[in-house]
Amino acid sequence: MPHRTFFWFILPTALAMILFIGLPIVSSFFQSLHIENEQVLMEVENCDPFGCTTNVRVDVEATEKIEAENPLGRFNGFGTYTDRNHLAFDEIREAWDNTSSIGEFKDIVLNLPFYKALLFTLTFCFAVTPPVIVLGFIVALSVNTLAKSLKGLIVFGTILPMIVTPLIGSLVLFWMIDSQGIIGASIQILFDDPNLSLKASSNLTWITLIIYGIWHNTPFAFVVFYAALQTVPQDPLEAAYIDGATRFERVRFIVIPHLYPVATFIMLICLMDNFRVFEPIIGFSAEGVAQSLSWMIYQDLRNENKMLFGSAGATSMLTILGIAFLLTPVLIRTWKEFKTER
Amino acid sequence: MKKLIIALLISFASTSVFAGSHSPCGVTSGSINILANEFTTYRIFMDEVKSCAGPDADFNVTHSVDHNKLQVAALSANPAEFSAKLVTNGSITPLMNDGLIRPLDDLVAKYGSNLNDNQKITIDGKIYAVAFMANAQHLWYRESILNDLGIAVPSTYEEVIAAAEKIKAAGVMENPYAGAFKSGWNLGQEFVNMYLGHGGEFFKSGSAQPNVNNEKGVAALNVIKKLTELSNPDFLTQDTNAVKEEWESGNVALMHIWNSGAASLLDDEGDQNIKADTRLAPSPTVGGGNKPATTLWWDGIAIATNTSDENAESSFRALVGAASSTDLANNNPNATVWLIKGYTPGDTAGPVVDAASRGTTPYPSFPHMSLMHGALSTELVEFLQGNESAEKALADVEAAYIAKATEQGFL
Repeated sequence: MPHRTFFWFILPTALAMILFIGLPIVSSFFQSLHIENEQVLMEVENCDPFGCTTNVRVDVEATEKIEAENPLGRFNGFGTYTDRNHLAFDEIREAWDNTSSIGEFKDIVLNLPFYKALLFTLTFCFAVTPPVIVLGFIVALSVNTLAKSLKGLIVFGTILPMIVTPLIGSLVLFWMIDSQGIIGASIQILFDDPNLSLKASSNLTWITLIIYGIWHNTPFAFVVFYAALQTVPQDPLEAAYIDGATRFERVRFIVIPHLYPVATFIMLICLMDNFRVFEPIIGFSAEGVAQSLSWMIYQDLRNENKMLFGSAGATSMLTILGIAFLLTPVLIRTWKEFKTER
Repeated sequence: MKKLIIALLISFASTSVFAGSHSPCGVTSGSINILANEFTTYRIFMDEVKSCAGPDADFNVTHSVDHNKLQVAALSANPAEFSAKLVTNGSITPLMNDGLIRPLDDLVAKYGSNLNDNQKITIDGKIYAVAFMANAQHLWYRESILNDLGIAVPSTYEEVIAAAEKIKAAGVMENPYAGAFKSGWNLGQEFVNMYLGHGGEFFKSGSAQPNVNNEKGVAALNVIKKLTELSNPDFLTQDTNAVKEEWESGNVALMHIWNSGAASLLDDEGDQNIKADTRLAPSPTVGGGNKPATTLWWDGIAIATNTSDENAESSFRALVGAASSTDLANNNPNATVWLIKGYTPGDTAGPVVDAASRGTTPYPSFPHMSLMHGALSTELVEFLQGNESAEKALADVEAAYIAKATEQGFL
């Protein structure tokens, strides 16, 4: 394609991307470099049904004046990035100097909010993605062999988990795994332990979230694999059949190599999706034991007080970096394949 | 002196005669859009607000347990998403910090003739809210279960723990105690109660520097830990409404929740045997302290700054009509402790009155308190799960608070 044609072809998309993706990222980045102006406090007398007391409050007028002079807040550079609630450089350095064993150091680091969230996010990503690809592939293969009359209905049933809003899906499961819910009660009977609760221990909560993640994401892999299966050339399959290849061998040597690029694509999307895991944490009320990076952003913006824009911006930037880092190997691979195909 | 008293009397008389000429109810212009917490007493209150607003009013109300998280963003917009907000002494501070609610003196003068003076929440000489009810968390117990085992009604947390252990040991209930320990605001609130009960102060005097990592904080956490061990293992996911369900299912014999819970626990729905067995008791003291380990709250109405004067006036009229309705209070005497004029307290008001008379601390209204509460909400979980020490958890609370307060410009 000549460069000129390409330019005009891509222009509308590029404009939309700059407007709706590029500028917000730049703006978030800018926000993340600033913190709020200093709050001017003053002493006032408060009277309520329980009596009068002297208390401090924010001097709104004085604070607004500072705000008007300096609407972005105070410039803090990368201070928010390195503070305790994010990368926590000082705390890590201190921990490194003061601990004698790696285990101790690890405990301290994983107790810091950002690293705690990162650990869960990565665990979720890497525990969910491979089973999703494998299960999606198996389901697609099975559905593909069904009689035509059944296919429509089965396909619909299979993609249901994806159609259900994540928050609703996780809430439904949340009540089912309750100790009085059908799954929770069954598990208690099965293990003969009336105190067993999937919500009470952090390990079991993580496992529940991961299983939910697999349940929710498998239909996506299934749909893509199923579509790709329709493009598998029939001739080599028939030839293999005549040569006496078993069903397993045909899948292993013809179907899988054909679907390989599709699997890479699914992995890419799944990693990206799972890196920003959020709704199940809210749905399962798992904030206490499982925090993700997205949940941290939510927490900053839905604080009891004013929104912590700087903090949320910093976490967003770190999330973008994280996704970029995670996807680099996959992208490099795709690029190499693209080049060799040419 | 005599002259002063006479002058005051005359001024009071004149206010009630002249300023009271405007009846608040029957709103015909402007739109009313209220944001409020979600629990039964508020529903009852809102029904009265709606009927006061009248059939011609453009009336909307949003009930949400996430009202605290929504309020600042919703009222910062101009025009604000809501014209009015039901606030408490906890949730009013973030709104005051940003100047998001307006002084109500002129509206009170015009429509508030039937208000008690103690309903007017005055900050720096101006009325910013009108309170209509008082609330506090206190002890609830099942009388028959305590009687059967010969347990006296506990008046300290040490006795509560002993009682719960006894009930558990007797095999009557697996998890006899319940409290709203859901990680988040509720868990933070449990610590606030227990820390104040131990006589703790959240900030170093005269500053915004945190002050929870001390002996009192550790003692408070240890009591909470013991209580959670006697609670449903899912305690980290249970808020007040979930605890009430546990109670109504008969799984719990002792709990520490809001007085306003009476509105739904003592209504005609659910197991009437449990209802008949439900008793209210004052909030216990803890660690040898003399103040109950709870906080006093008022709930009131506030009007958004960023709304038109017309909407502000119509919203205020409907809300203040309910907040001064003697009928509302006396038709629902057990829904809560109303602050409304002419209210005769019901059977359930006792624990709140008791808390107030024993000098219980109202929930702290420092501008930076909500940041502290937020830090408590997230950093205590690991201790309760047994993954870290109390000292470490409290050090984490202080560190998380400092990072947030620095970003917000308080430190």
